[in-house]
Amino acid sequence: MSSATEVVSRKSETRLLGWPLWLRQIGAIFKLEIEKNFLGRRSLLIYLIAILPLFPLFVLAVFNPPGTRVKDINEYSMIYAFLYNGLILRTVVFFGSAWIFMNLFRGELVDRSLHYYFLSAVRREVLVVGKYFSGLVTSIILFTSTTVIAMLLLYLPHFYSQSLRYFTEGRGLSQILTYAGITILACIGYGAFFLVVGLFIRNPIIPALLLYGWEWLNFLLPPLLKKISVIHYLNSLVPVQISQGPFAVIAEPTPAWIAVPSMLLVTLVVLVLAAYRIRHLEIRYGSD
Amino acid sequence: MPLDQLIIFDNVSKFYGEILGVNRVNLQIAPGITSLVGPNGAGKSTLMNLMTGLLRPTRGAITIVGIPTDQPERLFRKVGYCTQFDSFPRGLTGREFLNSFLLVHGFDRKRANELTQVALERVNLVEAADRKVAAYSKGMRQRIRLAQAIAHEPAVLILDEPLNGLDPMVRAETIALFRKFAAEGLHLIISSHILHEVDMMSDRVVLLNNGYIVAEGNIHGVRDEMEEHPMQILIRCDQPAKLAAYVFAQNHVVEARVHDDRKGLFVKTRDADRFYLLLNRAVAEGEVNVESVAPVDDDLSAVYQYLIGTTGGSA
Repeated sequence: MSSATEVVSRKSETRLLGWPLWLRQIGAIFKLEIEKNFLGRRSLLIYLIAILPLFPLFVLAVFNPPGTRVKDINEYSMIYAFLYNGLILRTVVFFGSAWIFMNLFRGELVDRSLHYYFLSAVRREVLVVGKYFSGLVTSIILFTSTTVIAMLLLYLPHFYSQSLRYFTEGRGLSQILTYAGITILACIGYGAFFLVVGLFIRNPIIPALLLYGWEWLNFLLPPLLKKISVIHYLNSLVPVQISQGPFAVIAEPTPAWIAVPSMLLVTLVVLVLAAYRIRHLEIRYGSD
Repeated sequence: MPLDQLIIFDNVSKFYGEILGVNRVNLQIAPGITSLVGPNGAGKSTLMNLMTGLLRPTRGAITIVGIPTDQPERLFRKVGYCTQFDSFPRGLTGREFLNSFLLVHGFDRKRANELTQVALERVNLVEAADRKVAAYSKGMRQRIRLAQAIAHEPAVLILDEPLNGLDPMVRAETIALFRKFAAEGLHLIISSHILHEVDMMSDRVVLLNNGYIVAEGNIHGVRDEMEEHPMQILIRCDQPAKLAAYVFAQNHVVEARVHDDRKGLFVKTRDADRFYLLLNRAVAEGEVNVESVAPVDDDLSAVYQYLIGTTGGSA
């Protein structure tokens, strides 16, 4: 048996070492955190953020004002692209991820309950991974649902039979999957950033707003600076490109084979930074 | 004793910015019950948080039974810590709370369930185990924290004011539990401001004041070393004046005062052992008939008062 799977017997207990132990611990942390994320006091705001884009779509589906009816189903691709870029990606996923991931550690410092993890026989790096995965799964479930439901709510009430064909036989399915994939990637990238911000900064709202501004002004930035943002890589992947206005500085989209690995690599680096920080973190609730 | 059975502070200091937490602490703590005693702000909780890696020393190093405190994955297989933080993860019952963190420790579900049940039984919380911790009384919250500290069967237990909020019956049971752990060879580091309880249960004490260790060791040993404060002894006997004359000839006796009721003698001596030998001789020679002999200030309260200057706390 390799050292990684060595089993140590102490009294009647069986304890694992190495990866098998870490995976079990990640599972235990994940379970604790996922319950908090979905059922905790702080989850209410997440649900409100997640349904934010659905509410106007639902109203439009039920009460379509006269003279506003779109005649061609293809126009919906553009409408959804605007909706996705402006509301879902830049607002729902951004602020939703900020709330979920910042609270993974900052919330527990505020609640004065982080020390229970620190007093367990668990590597703090494992704690970072368990918490990050719980935040990731929470955000992916909520925000990909928002992405998909928003698209269906836009199409189905108006062109039901055409929409069904569009999503089953036409480009609709690939579009919906691409948008869902971009949402997942956004959760991965923003999640890691906000996790680290919550660890380093006592009031993480300010850096979140700074990043929000930076992401919104991305269209004005020169091509080199555009690449120091999450939104540039995500926009490079959207299936329907939208105009960014007359003042936009045009830059070539980054190919998917560069955009996706780059974001994952940066995420990994940020998580390593988070692990380093948590390894050296002291519990001093009075100063938090 | 081998170093891997000791808790060792090697010249440890902790500063919070410019504020002193503890300074130049050198300690070696053997198994048994060791109490940290001192007024609020003396550095007791700081020492405990340093021992458990919740704080990192500004200078120096700490090892707990051979394990450095910056390796929680190894440290907390051996150590359990009951903090003073009266807060819990939201929404959990007592049983879920214990069980969840045993799973985080890495125990499998079956073993975690067993250990949870044992810990609940040890702190008498079985009946309330399936209620939300948020609905617990202060004493029950204290007990569930204690259960969490002992659930994984650690060899070193660090307990910050573990008797706070407990009613007298539960206090007595908890002290008995601590004694049982100590008899099993565990380290117990306990902070308390209830001096008579510390006196009752401790094998040794560490007295802290303003971040410094002012004394440490067996309480009687510490008392014996305080030469500037002669030991006070009250002897109830039939001829106190005669006994006073008999003992006052000795150099080590600095004061001998007959009690107001003329049935006792109050003696201050710099060498209690020699005084007791002297008293034995007086009795053996038939000089006096002694009814009782009681040291007046050979306890923690007196030591605390002499070293720290206040009377400490009481229940």
